[in-house]
Amino acid sequence: MKITLNGEPRDLDGPTVQDLLAEIGLGAAKVATALNGTFLPAGRRGSTTLKDGDALEVVAPMQGG
Amino acid sequence: MPQFYGTHVDSPLMLGTAQYPSPTIMADAFRASGAGIATVSLRREGGAGQAFHDLIKELGVPVLPNTAGCHSVREAVTTAQMARELFETPWIKLEVIRDDDTLCPDVIALVEAARILTDDGFQVFPYCTEDLSVCGRLLDEGCEVLMPWGAPIGSGRGLNNPYGLRSLRAHFPDVPLVVDAGIGLPSHAAQAMELGYDAVLLNTAVAKAGDPVAMARAMALAIDAGKLAHAANPIEARDMAAPSTPVFGMAVLG
Repeated sequence: MKITLNGEPRDLDGPTVQDLLAEIGLGAAKVATALNGTFLPAGRRGSTTLKDGDALEVVAPMQGG
Repeated sequence: MPQFYGTHVDSPLMLGTAQYPSPTIMADAFRASGAGIATVSLRREGGAGQAFHDLIKELGVPVLPNTAGCHSVREAVTTAQMARELFETPWIKLEVIRDDDTLCPDVIALVEAARILTDDGFQVFPYCTEDLSVCGRLLDEGCEVLMPWGAPIGSGRGLNNPYGLRSLRAHFPDVPLVVDAGIGLPSHAAQAMELGYDAVLLNTAVAKAGDPVAMARAMALAIDAGKLAHAANPIEARDMAAPSTPVFGMAVLG
């Protein structure tokens, strides 16, 4: 399945967002997600299935002012 | 000490976590300053996020996530929603930027985003201009804190419009007010507190100083001095001199 992950085109299996996070090594990481520009709460990652062309953003805590 | 949305914080210094030479120096700066709040952000996970999250927890101070870099209502709202889940707080430093050269807030979008987020249960800390009407609108939408800029973010210029900031203080005597951005020197931070502001938010002035830890301490001392000075009811400035030594009783010698 071809999706855009954090701005980069990727070919990943999924099929759910939670599966994808595990696939890229972030299954247990402290991250937040947005799918196609809309916030996707952690509780819905396991039931949200990705499809070709989706854009997923995965963000983490970072320095800020 | 200031109170934001019913939460007391231990210090009027709100300190950013970006741009330090190292995580150790950042942590030392926080300890030296006794900062009451740490501002943080969120970015695409590139591998450093988990270690930073642990470091922030070790600081032991409340965190204020921001929406830095957002240029639209939609971006800011989505970022705030992700920040709330990530940092487990309803607090959000709401930034919606109009102009990249000055990082001037888009005040129209800011008010709209503040409305949406307040309705969704967020406790919004809006990074705004010192404009009275904009600030009034933000209060109308449920903001209980205002954070007018002193000068453009990272500029170190101090308080560009002390008149406007003083006017804001006078118009909203019971609203927690924070000068956010533009602080370059401890004297700037002291001036904000002398005006009666409740807190100062700064980052670059400490993080990019030659000795961030010493500068963090200097900022904390200046903020304490400014706060004490405001409480001491400073004298009014005047154009003409007024002798401080009594004239009465002066010997006639000429």
